[in-house]
Amino acid sequence: MNDEMTYWLLGRLDWQALPFLRAWNHPALSELIAAAAGGLVVLGALAVAVLLTVYRGWGPLWRDWLTSLDHKKIGIMYIVIAGIMLARAVVEAALIRLQQALAVNDAGIVTAEHFGELFSTHGTIMIFFMAMPFLTGVINYVMPLQIGARDMSFPWMNAISLMLTAAGAGLVMISLVVGKFSTGGWTGYPPYTGIEFSPGVGVDYWIWAVTLSSLGSTLTGINFATTLYKNRAPGMELFRLPLFCWTALCTSILMIFAMVPLTVATLMLALDRYAGFHFFTAGSGGNMMNYANLFWLFGHPEVYILILPAFGIYSEVIATFSGKTLYGYRSLVYATMVIAVLSFTVWLHHFFTMGQGANLNAVFGVATMAIGVPTGVKVYDWLLTMYRGRIRLTTGMLFSVAFLVTFVIGGLTGVILANPPVDFAVHNSLFLVAHFHNMLIPGLLFGMIAGVQFWFPKAFGFRLDERWGKAAFWCWFGGFYLAFMPLYALGLMGAMRRSSQWFEPQYVPYLLTALAGAALILAGLACLFIQLWVSVRNRDRLAAPLGDPWDGRGLEWSVSSPPPEYNFAMLPQVRSHDDFWEAKQDGRAYREPKRYEDIEMPRNSATAPLIGLAAAAFGFAITWQIWWLVALSFTGIWVIVIVRSFQQDIARVIPAREVAAKERAWLAEVESARPVDRFAETTRQNRGLAEVSP
Amino acid sequence: MNDDRFPDSELPGHGRELRHYLTGAAVTLTLTLAAFGIVWLSVLPRYWTLGVVSVLAVLQIVAHFRYFLHIDLGKSHRDDLLMILFTSLIIVMMVGGTIWILFNQFARMM
Amino acid sequence: MSHSNRLHGGLNLGQAHAETHRQAETMVFGFWIFLMSDLVLFAVILATYADASVHGLADGPGPAELFELRNPFIETLLLLASSVTFGMAALHLKYQDDRRGLVLWMLATGALGLVFVAMEGWDFYSLVVHDDAPPQRSGFLSVFFLLVGMHGLHVIAATVWMLVLLIQIGRFGLMPDVKLRILRLSIFWHMLDVVWVAIFTFVYLSGVAR
Repeated sequence: MNDEMTYWLLGRLDWQALPFLRAWNHPALSELIAAAAGGLVVLGALAVAVLLTVYRGWGPLWRDWLTSLDHKKIGIMYIVIAGIMLARAVVEAALIRLQQALAVNDAGIVTAEHFGELFSTHGTIMIFFMAMPFLTGVINYVMPLQIGARDMSFPWMNAISLMLTAAGAGLVMISLVVGKFSTGGWTGYPPYTGIEFSPGVGVDYWIWAVTLSSLGSTLTGINFATTLYKNRAPGMELFRLPLFCWTALCTSILMIFAMVPLTVATLMLALDRYAGFHFFTAGSGGNMMNYANLFWLFGHPEVYILILPAFGIYSEVIATFSGKTLYGYRSLVYATMVIAVLSFTVWLHHFFTMGQGANLNAVFGVATMAIGVPTGVKVYDWLLTMYRGRIRLTTGMLFSVAFLVTFVIGGLTGVILANPPVDFAVHNSLFLVAHFHNMLIPGLLFGMIAGVQFWFPKAFGFRLDERWGKAAFWCWFGGFYLAFMPLYALGLMGAMRRSSQWFEPQYVPYLLTALAGAALILAGLACLFIQLWVSVRNRDRLAAPLGDPWDGRGLEWSVSSPPPEYNFAMLPQVRSHDDFWEAKQDGRAYREPKRYEDIEMPRNSATAPLIGLAAAAFGFAITWQIWWLVALSFTGIWVIVIVRSFQQDIARVIPAREVAAKERAWLAEVESARPVDRFAETTRQNRGLAEVSP
Repeated sequence: MNDDRFPDSELPGHGRELRHYLTGAAVTLTLTLAAFGIVWLSVLPRYWTLGVVSVLAVLQIVAHFRYFLHIDLGKSHRDDLLMILFTSLIIVMMVGGTIWILFNQFARMM
Repeated sequence: MSHSNRLHGGLNLGQAHAETHRQAETMVFGFWIFLMSDLVLFAVILATYADASVHGLADGPGPAELFELRNPFIETLLLLASSVTFGMAALHLKYQDDRRGLVLWMLATGALGLVFVAMEGWDFYSLVVHDDAPPQRSGFLSVFFLLVGMHGLHVIAATVWMLVLLIQIGRFGLMPDVKLRILRLSIFWHMLDVVWVAIFTFVYLSGVAR
């Protein structure tokens, strides 16, 4: 086969793309690590395939999960993706710490290029394939239940969003096995990521993975916002929404507007790289500073896309485990809105040092500091919610309290960084790295973990093991401080981020402390997975099928666990904020509906996973320049969409009879159950029926 | 015509809406012609021209929303109007900020 | 107030019951949100254009040398006319159960859209071939081609969508789903005209104004 033919068929693919071959040819430690990572992906995929085959799981996986349009299942699948990606990115973080700790006057364990791949994938994954799927998954699961809806406004689009995200995540995973990932960081600044300085496939992998996931997120934002606007149960006025829904609404509005500049930036970068355009090139009239501008037009609102849902989760968790209604509900709502709008006015603070005038920097610096005000309001609201509450320190609550303390420290360093002259001094140093980890670990990850601890019994009908949960908490909490506090000091000492080697022996104690912190975080991650394993094994002892294990306040607790496919046998009539809690007080809860009706739910559809598959093929093909596959997969996606628009039979009816049987069985179980005291909720007695206390 | 399907109250609507569209066509056409005319004939100094065509563009966009997209101040369109206004705010911040930043950087590089 | 009046372009869903109307409202609302997101797309590219058309010439030709007004003027009129024809189609959809009129007006709209795209294609061709001004020449030309080309791609997509809808009208008749899709396409089409107003003002008129 001649070269032209090979290119036509396989694009830029060749054997050297495989890390195993590279490691065989140059058995250096760095290459061996890459081969091991690639091997882990292959073995992991094989293991899953074997297990599915042995346990005959392919059929159920396809029928019950991949083709499902049920928002609850889609939410769970999002969280599964987030969990897998979290594991990978935390391991990478530990490797980064290990390299930096070992590489003082030494080469360390990986080459500079491999180190570049490590921090690029770590950042890209944590933002786009851990944080985004995680919060999207939690909102997907919880929000329709909280507003008293049976599904999203656009269930099919919901599945497509999931599959696009999955396709992007798949591309990042494939890059471990075929070729190399970008070394340009999660921000991918040109000109370094231009074709001149990064001719390989790495940046292309990054571009298409990020583009697919951001398209998915835009669609998700549209879906959430429409659902929250149009699908609320009767009586669920906007100011009766649980705070989590408010944060979901603000996040979705940010998604709608903020993902677009990112898509524009990545598309322009792609045109520069593939077609010789000059958006961001160094010469010929390109303006690379506009890339930073466009990227952070997205990037700053993105910070709030990530943080707001966690704020919502904390509001729910703190109110529930303090046994009080949320303090300052309205102020929290307004603070959320103000944060959402202000988040569009501060993007320049990510590039204070790029050369614009002092006045411009000052304006954006002041706007940045202003965001601290509504955030401060929220912190006080949460503190006052706990004040005089009868607090139960469950795992979720522990994470929430740790968040409050830690997040305030991060916010403080943020206000410091908002001062342009200070920023000039510590810009791009480990001080910055410490700052944003200090925001995002408590401000996103702790929140998501708390959310999982809180709503897991809702989704699966059994609680998570508290002992392992608390172990995980202490590891994460201690690990965080050990890992990131030294980075503040290092940054002030002059250590720049993304350095693969050092020449300052005085860094060593700090780097070793941070390494210990990374190890502890790794242990925390392990504890979470062990917790899941142990809980599944003990699921009978932990079962809480009646639906309300924590004496909950929102509508999501008013149905069985797991909820039926249609969520509510009868759409609830909402009378107030904290409706279910008040219903329990008034004895309105657990009443049988007067009559049952047929419920129409969307039928499963194979089109969404097919579109995801085609999108992944598109991303892979265009990365490797396999043009026939690019054309085929792109056309394929649109053909599937059009074919779907001709389908008529897309809904199926659940007969009233079936609904009634299910509902009555559950209500009978509730009737015969013994309610559990709030302070015994982590014991075996907790079957999910809370004792009503005055 | 089936009365059940097309209640009488809606029938006069047809003429009214037709007029609505045609008015819209006339207004937008006039604005387009005015904008092109000003540039074509270059009757004004450059910066005046830019200002005037920008204002005409905004007016024309409002006319499109008013006549073709049926967005007005009516109560039933309050949600959509708010959404459009909020989008306008975001666009003004994004476009204005971008232009401010990039022109400032350029000026300082000279 | 009747339900149909609440639906933007206005829509007569026939005898469909309230649930269908509620779904229709949700559908149209979601589509509006998508369009808002799409507007931001064009706004961001336009902002980039504002920079590149001044600072990104790279000693190549600028807007004043490259652009003339005749073709953009005709293109503007074509799009404006297509907005009106789609309005007529929407009126047929709402007030007369007259499939022929609807289809004819939609065909007219699609034809105007195609002529528009063809003219734009010709503009691009003559820029690249006659003026030696391909997008690879300068930052300004890169953004120009992206901005105008992105709008053109939208028009092409809308035309394909219209084709699919014409097939669906033929196959399913004017059932509520199809009516709703026509309504959404009409909103999309009008919105593309709004975007074009910004393009002809800030790209062409501002480019050649002396």
